[in-house]
Amino acid sequence: MLIFKKGSQGRFATAQAPKKVAEVADLPAAMLRKKPALLPEVSELQAVRHFTNLSRRNFSIDTQFYPLGSCTMKYNPKGAQRAAALPGFINRHPLAPESHSQGYLACVYDLQNILKEVTGMAGVSLCPMAGAQGEFAGVAMIKAYHESRDDHARTEIIVPEAAHGTNPATAVMCGYKVKEIPVLANGDVDLAALKAAVGPQTAGIMMTNPSTCGVFERQIEEIAKTVHDAGGLLYYDGANLNAILGQVRPGDMGFDVLHMNLHKTFATPHGGGGPGSGPVAVGKRLLPFLPTPIAGCTEGDSGVKSYHWVGQDKLPDSIGRLSAFMGNAGIILRAYIYAVLLGREGLHRVGEFSTLNANYMAVLMKNAGFELAYKDRRATHEFIITLNKQAKNLGVNAMDFAKRLLDYGYHAPTTYFPLLIPECFLIEPTETESIDELEGFVEAMIAIQKEAENSPEIVKGAPVTQPVRRLDDVKAARELDVSYAE
Amino acid sequence: MPFIPHTEQDIQKMLDVIGVSSINDLFDEIPTHLRAKPLTGVPDGLGEMDMMRLLSDRAQQDEGALCFIGAGAYEHHIPAAVWDVTMRGEFLTAYTPYQAEASQGTLQLIYEYQSMICQLTAMDVSNASLYDGASGLAEAVLMSIRANRKSKSKKVLFAGTVHPLYQKVVIDIVSNQGIEIEVMPINPDNLSVDMEALKAYAEEDFAALVIPQPNFFGGLESVDELTDWAQDKGMLVIGLVNPTALALFNPPGDWGQQGADIAVGEGQPLGIPLASGGPYFGFIACKEKLVRQMPGRIIGRTVDLEGKEGFTLTLQAREQHIRRSKATSNICTNQGLAVTAATIYLTLLGSEGLSRVAKSSHHNARQLLLSLSDVDGVTIRTNTAFFHEFVIQLENEKDGFAEAVLGNMAEQGILGGFNLSEYGADLKNCILVCVTEVKTENDLAIYKSALIRAIEEVTGEC
Repeated sequence: MLIFKKGSQGRFATAQAPKKVAEVADLPAAMLRKKPALLPEVSELQAVRHFTNLSRRNFSIDTQFYPLGSCTMKYNPKGAQRAAALPGFINRHPLAPESHSQGYLACVYDLQNILKEVTGMAGVSLCPMAGAQGEFAGVAMIKAYHESRDDHARTEIIVPEAAHGTNPATAVMCGYKVKEIPVLANGDVDLAALKAAVGPQTAGIMMTNPSTCGVFERQIEEIAKTVHDAGGLLYYDGANLNAILGQVRPGDMGFDVLHMNLHKTFATPHGGGGPGSGPVAVGKRLLPFLPTPIAGCTEGDSGVKSYHWVGQDKLPDSIGRLSAFMGNAGIILRAYIYAVLLGREGLHRVGEFSTLNANYMAVLMKNAGFELAYKDRRATHEFIITLNKQAKNLGVNAMDFAKRLLDYGYHAPTTYFPLLIPECFLIEPTETESIDELEGFVEAMIAIQKEAENSPEIVKGAPVTQPVRRLDDVKAARELDVSYAE
Repeated sequence: MPFIPHTEQDIQKMLDVIGVSSINDLFDEIPTHLRAKPLTGVPDGLGEMDMMRLLSDRAQQDEGALCFIGAGAYEHHIPAAVWDVTMRGEFLTAYTPYQAEASQGTLQLIYEYQSMICQLTAMDVSNASLYDGASGLAEAVLMSIRANRKSKSKKVLFAGTVHPLYQKVVIDIVSNQGIEIEVMPINPDNLSVDMEALKAYAEEDFAALVIPQPNFFGGLESVDELTDWAQDKGMLVIGLVNPTALALFNPPGDWGQQGADIAVGEGQPLGIPLASGGPYFGFIACKEKLVRQMPGRIIGRTVDLEGKEGFTLTLQAREQHIRRSKATSNICTNQGLAVTAATIYLTLLGSEGLSRVAKSSHHNARQLLLSLSDVDGVTIRTNTAFFHEFVIQLENEKDGFAEAVLGNMAEQGILGGFNLSEYGADLKNCILVCVTEVKTENDLAIYKSALIRAIEEVTGEC
């Protein structure tokens, strides 16, 4: 039931509002609101109960295995939540003077350095508030770079067809045309097509590696050379950075600019769809264009460090500002704390164990008769199965399997992405899951396969254990109801 | 191994099943010479106990000052229940509600949030939120250019009293698409839109006009007049509003004859801590006819196959994962967790509670304004109706005087406001001061004496 239907006129959580209702006689009556907003009218207990009960209608990492491919749903350490909420951090005004910001600035500065190291890049800005904004910043820097050289002919961004939808959408937001190039049957980019596509109009290429096909792009050095020789730059979409953390660095692969998703690789909570954080890292050529502000540090004679903000006054060619203040500070802090907890060795293990888990699951699935999309390739931190045969022979498709998994207590993997594999699941277990959880998921898939063979209506009618059955999406779009009104 | 549960036996069993002899073998498709060396620039890991010590020491460095800075981020009381419930793992560690049946909690909550935003702004449709107020305004500008059928213009007109950092963010984001922002002058006498200057823009074609309420200086604009003027010229009107103030003042949907077309703003005052500037959330709402130009996620109410009420992502054909290069925006996420907190905040306070917060904040600000009017060396620049934030000018005309005074106050433990000196010659040594309901009479008295002392001491040093 909606919260609006639970209240009674005149009720509210009286402990939470100021007691004294001050007069506001100085305000012109014509400007005052005539009709109060229709907000809930409930007691504090009613509110707490309503939202606590709503929370119980969610799957989450804390309650379920959540192998959503390309989303890196790993454990979000509680210590990071606790430390980021320390009063000094939580109460600091974003425009507080540097004298009252040294603690926060130190964390920002340290994280910038850690991210530089793990990506192999020359500079980092933590400003972008999400992966998509990081992409925007990255492509805007590519544009600023070409323009700074008076090279105005570069109007195109190349994107492999398996890319996330954000890549082409971002290129357009930066005023570029998008040229998609095909991906080979083995998951690698079609190099011949790339060579034919590049030219003086090429501003750059946006790539994910490991790609969204769940395989490592083996020709990356040749791709880098091809694009660089044509005068373009390489953008690395850090969506899959978890796979290679500590194993191979984007900077060493030849990328000029990248964004990271701290809510994936650095274990900050996904929060039901945000907030995220999408820092950008760049090679030397793009350093002048980083978005601001950035944390800087000077060391006094006595070795005492003093931190300050570097704004556009000190970085005049910066692409500028992406948020009113300085990005999703609380998420930046949590990512820093995660890096502090893991340290050098721990970060190195992230890539190792996320890859071990995915490969183990992939082999178990294959042994159970499921079809891997790239069976001759090594899985990375994620892998793809296709349920095309089940869809054709049994009439049970990937969506049906996904919904039935919910009944078995598992969040479904990413479905129907990448678009070029029919009826697919993109499965990413992450390093924080135990072997028991991985095996449990595979057993559930085997059980659903048996159901699909023997009584497919069970699978097609799933889920039956959730608060609702399958929803009427067509009605939702046609008879738009997006706001409650009495 | 922090957060990695594998035992030696687990690892061996897994390697045997995969058929490799070591984890390292799993990276055999990466060219050997590209493999990373140990990350020497990263320190050794710390246990939670040592980490807490390090972070507590750092947090304490930033603690303890009495803050009178507003300028887009406002300190309000946050009921304990807000974050207690928001931090439940089921909200905190869920993701985008792609599997609607297993995400009804988040989905219903966002539907309730959308409803509350529509109520506050008097608009028809709200999305599930954007990153923050400033980037939200950039999205509103892009939306207005897509949505304005009467105008082909790629120019948007801004009141000069829009928050300067917002102006900067919008220009930095939209200029990549060849969109121009024209900023109208500020009337220095009342720090509001110069109504006389409107005439200069009468013949030009703009897609939209952005009107802040209250404006950056805390002042109230003549929103009805401005709205009618702009709509009469075929512009859409974007209202940039403070959500706390909406409990008190006419909402954008009621501005002028027809109401503003888009309302946008920073959601932080609704239960989100200052926290160094984020994560906050931007809210955006519009008239129903513009819904298909709205960026970001929208949640709709529908029924399941048994006819039971349920909630789902809707109108996804606008979004990047479907439309790719033709999407309304590249945005994927909303600020889900911040929205969760804001929804609980609005539920606890209700209309009456929010209105009391607004009145009490404004009352306190007015008390401080009145008490500062007899301070030597201080002129009150705010001379129109305002909301919980006002401008004072230090009469000493020396360059950097305001900065020095604020620095002196900071040493006394008072963050005295936002220095406006950079924002126009007429604002030299001006300070934007904010007061909310959390300040007591004693706090206001401390502010006044700290300001007096700072002016004396800095003047003495000159």
